[in-house]
Amino acid sequence: MTTLPETTQRKLGLVIDLDTCVGCHACVVSCKGWNTENYGAPLSDQNPYGGDPSGTFLNRVHSYEVQPEEGAAQLIHFPKSCLHCEDAPCVTVCPTGASYKRIEDGIVLVNESDCIGCGLCAWACPYGARELDAAEGVMKKCTLCVDRIYNENLPEEDRMPACVRTCPAGARHFGDFADPESNVSKLTAERGGMDLMPELNTKPVNKYLPPRPKDEMDQIDVLAPFLAPVAEEPKGFIGWLDKALEKI
Amino acid sequence: MTHHQPQIDTSPKVSDEVRKTTCYMCACRCGINVHMKDGKVAYIEGNRDHPVNKGVLCAKGSAGIMQVNAPSRLKSPMKRVGPRGSGEFEEISWDEALDMAVALLKPIRENDPEKLAFFTGRDQSQSFTGFWAQNFGTPNFAAHGGFCSVNMAAGGIYTMGGAFWEFGQPDWDRTKLFMLFGVAEDHDSNPIKIGIGKIKGNGGKIVGVNPIRSGYNAVADEWVGITPGFDGLFILAMVHELFRAGKLDLEYLSRFTNAPVLIDAETGLLMRDENGKELVIDRRTGKLSAFDQKGILPDLAATHEGNRTVFQLMAEKYLDPQYAPEAVAERCGISADRIRKIASELARVAFDEAFELDQSWTDFRGDTHDKMIGRPVSFHSMRGVSAHSNGFQTCRALHLLQIILGTVEVPGGFRFKPPYPKPISAHPKPHGKVSRNAPLDGPHLGFVHGPDDLMLREDGSPIRIDKAFTWENPMSSHGLMHMVISNAHAGDPYKIDTLFMYMANMSWNSSMNSSGVMQMLTDKDENGDYVIPNIIYSDAYSSEMVAYADLILPDTTYLERHDCISLLDRPICEADAAADAIRWPVIEPDRDVRGFQTTLVHLANRLGMPGFVNEDGSAKYEDYADYIVNHERKPGIGPLAGFRGKDGDKVGRGEVNPDQLDRYIENGGFYVEHIPSGADYYKPWNNAYQDWAVGMGIYDKPEPYLFSLYSEPMRKFQRAAEGHGDRQPPEHLRGRVKETMDPLPIWYPPFEENNVDPDEYPVHALTQRPMAMYHSWGTQNAWLRQIHGRNPLYVPTKIWEANDFAEGDWARVSSVHGSITVPVAHMAALNESTVWTWNAIGKRKGAWALSNDAPEATKGFLLNHLIHELQPPKGDGLRWSNSDPITGQAAWFDLRVKIEKADDPRESQPGFDPIKSPVGQGPDELTWKVGK
Amino acid sequence: MHPAPSVIVFTTLSGLGFGLLTWLGIGMPDVSGWVAFVFFAIAYALAVGGLLASTFHLGHPERAIKAFSQWRSSWLSREGVVSVAALLVMGLYALGRVFLDQNWAPIGWLGAALSLATVYCTSMIYAQLATVPRWKTILTPALFLSIAVGGGALLAGERDFAVILLPVAAVFQIIWWTRGDLAFEQSGSTLASATGLGEPGQVRAFEPPHTGTNYLLREFVFQVGRKHAIKLRIIAFVLGFALPVLLVLAPFAHALFAVAAICHLIGIAASRWLFFAEAEHVVGLYYGKR
Ligand SMILES: Nc1nc2c(c(=O)[nH]1)N[C@H]1C(S)=C(S)[C@@H](COP(=O)(O)OP(=O)(O)OC[C@H]3O[C@@H](n4cnc5c(=O)[nH]c(N)nc54)[C@H](O)[C@@H]3O)O[C@H]1N2
Ligand SMILES: Nc1nc2c(c(=O)[nH]1)N[C@H]1C(S)=C(S)[C@@H](COP(=O)(O)OP(=O)(O)OC[C@H]3O[C@@H](n4cnc5c(=O)[nH]c(N)nc54)[C@H](O)[C@@H]3O)O[C@H]1N2
Ligand code: SF4
Ligand code: SF4
Ligand code: SF4
Ligand code: SF4
Ligand code: SF4
Ligand SMILES: [Mo]
Repeated sequence: MTTLPETTQRKLGLVIDLDTCVGCHACVVSCKGWNTENYGAPLSDQNPYGGDPSGTFLNRVHSYEVQPEEGAAQLIHFPKSCLHCEDAPCVTVCPTGASYKRIEDGIVLVNESDCIGCGLCAWACPYGARELDAAEGVMKKCTLCVDRIYNENLPEEDRMPACVRTCPAGARHFGDFADPESNVSKLTAERGGMDLMPELNTKPVNKYLPPRPKDEMDQIDVLAPFLAPVAEEPKGFIGWLDKALEKI
Repeated sequence: MTHHQPQIDTSPKVSDEVRKTTCYMCACRCGINVHMKDGKVAYIEGNRDHPVNKGVLCAKGSAGIMQVNAPSRLKSPMKRVGPRGSGEFEEISWDEALDMAVALLKPIRENDPEKLAFFTGRDQSQSFTGFWAQNFGTPNFAAHGGFCSVNMAAGGIYTMGGAFWEFGQPDWDRTKLFMLFGVAEDHDSNPIKIGIGKIKGNGGKIVGVNPIRSGYNAVADEWVGITPGFDGLFILAMVHELFRAGKLDLEYLSRFTNAPVLIDAETGLLMRDENGKELVIDRRTGKLSAFDQKGILPDLAATHEGNRTVFQLMAEKYLDPQYAPEAVAERCGISADRIRKIASELARVAFDEAFELDQSWTDFRGDTHDKMIGRPVSFHSMRGVSAHSNGFQTCRALHLLQIILGTVEVPGGFRFKPPYPKPISAHPKPHGKVSRNAPLDGPHLGFVHGPDDLMLREDGSPIRIDKAFTWENPMSSHGLMHMVISNAHAGDPYKIDTLFMYMANMSWNSSMNSSGVMQMLTDKDENGDYVIPNIIYSDAYSSEMVAYADLILPDTTYLERHDCISLLDRPICEADAAADAIRWPVIEPDRDVRGFQTTLVHLANRLGMPGFVNEDGSAKYEDYADYIVNHERKPGIGPLAGFRGKDGDKVGRGEVNPDQLDRYIENGGFYVEHIPSGADYYKPWNNAYQDWAVGMGIYDKPEPYLFSLYSEPMRKFQRAAEGHGDRQPPEHLRGRVKETMDPLPIWYPPFEENNVDPDEYPVHALTQRPMAMYHSWGTQNAWLRQIHGRNPLYVPTKIWEANDFAEGDWARVSSVHGSITVPVAHMAALNESTVWTWNAIGKRKGAWALSNDAPEATKGFLLNHLIHELQPPKGDGLRWSNSDPITGQAAWFDLRVKIEKADDPRESQPGFDPIKSPVGQGPDELTWKVGK
Repeated sequence: MHPAPSVIVFTTLSGLGFGLLTWLGIGMPDVSGWVAFVFFAIAYALAVGGLLASTFHLGHPERAIKAFSQWRSSWLSREGVVSVAALLVMGLYALGRVFLDQNWAPIGWLGAALSLATVYCTSMIYAQLATVPRWKTILTPALFLSIAVGGGALLAGERDFAVILLPVAAVFQIIWWTRGDLAFEQSGSTLASATGLGEPGQVRAFEPPHTGTNYLLREFVFQVGRKHAIKLRIIAFVLGFALPVLLVLAPFAHALFAVAAICHLIGIAASRWLFFAEAEHVVGLYYGKR
């Protein structure tokens, strides 16, 4: 159903920690693996062994450089999948009702059997979170692993998105933003979790934790204590050593 | 209005069955859950119970499904029908293949075992392949460690009886300051990432020392963009600062290291008592004493009859102003203030944030300590340090820094993983005594203690084809695989008959001077015969190397075979547990291929090799699985440590258990034995650990030892170079041995700095491992190659602007040895005199079942064409190996180049003719789903 | 945005077709019988042809019927519903005109309104997209509507209206272009807002997530050269607006009406090509393409 629910009971989503993501692409591939085998059509690949390979991925890791006024440039790895926006423009533009936002948890999904593959929802998404599968002709997007998080065939500890389960650095967190006590709400509050393109008023559920300040030991700070020498001469050093050894 | 939404099944069936085995998309060896549907692999995820990855999985691991279905998989044994290098083959039966191999190997074994060179690449069954080679009788065996990271292994083992690499790890839960030198990915891929996540979660800090700020270094709180090859200077400057400030863990140094040991002023050797025990002065009595006496307090400041302690030599050396931060700053590319700040931060965290664990322990002297002192500073390092010609000494310098801070094997510091710690005295020495039709006199590789242990013939010529353990590289504990082909081609030290290789892409990304190597592999002599007469190769895929072999023994993929990740080999242990693992055929091969180890068993049986056949000539083992279970290295000790004994209830030592593999499978494919608490720190000196290790079969008796800040084996080589003893280095190497074999860690410039004119070649050129790609073999993976299908040369801002580069431009990059023309890209977070690219993305046309226009072949490239296995000629016309002079480690990262803008050549240069694919090409589309 | 032929054909033809239907609906020209048949046939060919073309880019055209369901929220769905309504109503009206020589004016007016509404819905599919700042303006429906009625007038042979309405459309076109050139800057979306990384310094896209291409890059990150774009704007302006007006003002204009209409069609097609090709989607920011 193409209209958005007024509110959802829960707001499930991800927190992605840009201070911790090492850019390993593990989340990208485990997402591809899970979603190729599960929800809907497989994520296909065209020309997989040829000159111009290209395929459907629901999660991709970009990288950016930030050049501060002073000091060394920084590099930030930046994973991006659907942000499960509260005001999801991708849903309201959909002519068939294939795109919808679930009332119970806020997950934005595509019902593939209704999708005509018009692509308009992808046009409406600012984040590039939707990809039209070239083999199947339907819109694919992150499902927040809706077929894992409630899946009774999985052990309870595994009922989380594939990308979160696999992230070696622990840079991805999954939880309910509607609950202020959840891990994701707390992390967002503590670390200043941010929205992407807030000016577009999509109200993304997923939040990004900004990188912590870097290179603080490179800032010139005359007051910082350096190590005080015990002696200037090797001989003096041995004298110091003798005294120091007494204390052991 | 009510909200309508479709009903979906949120609990679909995940799989029919989960089979637990060990990943081999790289050498990290994580545990995997392979979900099966209809007997096929449906999904792969990490095994939560596994000690290595604890449930997580990297990109490569998750992409395993695309490896197992890769169109590049070899299908059957093949014999070459076209010229070498053409890729023209004919499929043959296994019987025919084994007959061919035996026809080559049998006469060699009977007449001249050294005419076989058997070298294995990225393999994890070295204890088995080594055993095979030893029983064959050739001295020419090694794995790939010599071109990989032997500096790390040897630097660590010679200094402290254990190493970085995957042999040790920071105390991730407790460390507060973690300093990482020259690591992009490492073998401990997932554990390092898990650890970085932990440190971040605990509010700790990470300092990344690396010319390139990507990956781990991008998330580091501090990035030290050092000039390549200068880490040793930077480290020694910090050592200088710590000495000056007296910020040293004197107690640790005096008890657990050879810092208080007296040096004989005349010989420079350690003073020893009649039992060979190092001598110290006891502070309480002032008397000379063996280092290991109960209750003694070894005196760091002592002098005895003019003989001073190691510590005093250290103080003298490192307090020298040549190591002052100001003196090194410019060369390292790090400001003196920053060097001081980092040193003071190391000291602050090590000493001011020290903590105690309420755990008493008893040391090897019999002294009991009621607490364990934690120093939450840890270090890790890999090829950025080791792949330089000064890597061994730099690695030692880093261990020196760790040790003076008292942070090795203490809570919060760096910890060894079993079977380490292990002093060199507990390792074998190298062996090379060849007899016809008989095994070698002992294991090939090991740790030399001095010139007497070198692998030299009477006439001083090398015993081994790779010239390992010679004066060129005396402590080459892993051999020099990168020299085998060029030495065999040159017939120096001698000619061989058959080159037998396994799992190493030597005609491409694993060789220096790849174009030259291709030439050597195809060169013919005046009779029109190949200079390297026979080449047998085992690969699982259609790699570049396949084309250069005469006989191909196709391997299975990692989900189709038995493997054994053994404590006798490269362990998967954790700092507080010993662990080993297996692979087992979770699917059966759909092609006519066999596990290579099984093929070796079959060959050994046909050759009637001791160790493999009984007295009556009958086979001891049917295949590798049989070997894994039934082979005993020593009574009660076999490839696997878990579930030993008739009932499977013994660990480490115990009789053969015929059900061992089933027990491993039931247990998730691995076995873990935890180190009892109280034994899990201070391991080299902790009686509780030593006893546990003996029980596990790691040692036969307790082996406590002192850390060798001063390396006596090195002093012995140096002393020989000074003219002492019978075994003397050749004149042209004398000076070099004297200089580089300093028994205390030093820094000297990487050779390339002096070999080439730095003004003409002002730029350092490096490679890095991409986290989502494994050397050459990730490229055949349909998912991974979309992530890394090309590799630009990343150029720092200064060079980018100086050359007026724009996106899409190409550059000619030249070294003294050669030149390549490649696409460039701009990177700001990069040392200003360094360029780099991802390792091994470039591919040869025709390989890996890719089409000829694959971007890997048209835009991708290798730096290897610029790196020669030999240094440029010296004044005397000799060309020395481009390797560390101590260990023979290939000096990949010494490379210096110049860069200029080039016209778009359309394809990266040099280009090579396509090889004919022996397996055809992959499909045009993949819609992979096994469960319908 | 990728200038897919199917959407260019769709918006160009159906805009013109519904423009003509609008004029026919209000009885201009006041024709019946065979003459009316020809006019309606042309209008339907354009409108229906355009709509059919639009289904070519669907992944599942056979499910197109489902697209009528979400008229409450979706402009694309509305466009479907309204266009079908317009075609049906105008069909009824045409029946009267062609075969019964009847002018059911209220039905004609309703059909005309629906035809205009169709064009409006089409334009709103684009104008609603905040992700494409060049499109996100009330000027987009103004442009589409003015072109539709101007072109419709031309086709309807309503010279007096055409010579007024086409220049009006031309003015909208120029304002639309001018505004469009600044729209992205003024939208406030930047790489810094897209990544949230602007705090410590200047952000630059370093490496794309995959070295290969993907759907997003193909669909959204299309770049036209500036020179090329200016040339096409001139062509669009001259062929789409200036030449047709001059032609119909010329002596012997009757004979030239067909030529004028073809010029116009080509010009508008060029304008639509630019409409897509020059439009930048904010997702390009993530790829450093902007
Ligand atoms: N420029 C540059 N060059 C380098 C390096 C560098 O840093 N820079 N690093 C060097 C280092 S450290 C290393 S270790 C080498 C690595 O170099 P290699 O060890 O040669 O690397 P791989 O490309 O991993 O390939 C080994 C071969 O093993 C095959 N293989 C894969 N799986 C199996 C299997 O299950 N069975 C069998 N039989 N074969 C299999 C692959 O198809 C491939 O042909 O590269 C070295 N080369
Ligand atoms: N994903 C993946 N994992 C792998 C592999 C793979 O191919 N892919 N290969 C495996 C193998 S065989 C190996 S040997 C390991 C190697 O693992 P790493 O040791 O991480 O090897 P490299 O990627 O060669 O990275 C070397 C790093 O050292 C830096 N460096 C170069 N010169 C210097 C220097 O002088 N000083 C400092 N401080 N840094 C320097 C480079 O910038 C680079 O970041 O990885 C293993 N793990
Ligand atoms: S798996 Fe984790 S660390 Fe790796 S790219 Fe994804 S978010 Fe980053
Ligand atoms: S990120 Fe894009 S696809 Fe996901 S809900 Fe938001 S607008 Fe829709
Ligand atoms: S592509 Fe499918 S989901 Fe997206 S708008 Fe069109 S019909 Fe809806
Ligand atoms: S939540 Fe699931 S579908 Fe979404 S990015 Fe993660 S793995 Fe992919
Ligand atoms: S690090 Fe990745 S590829 Fe290597 S063994 Fe672990 S999961 Fe497999
Ligand atoms: Mo390696």
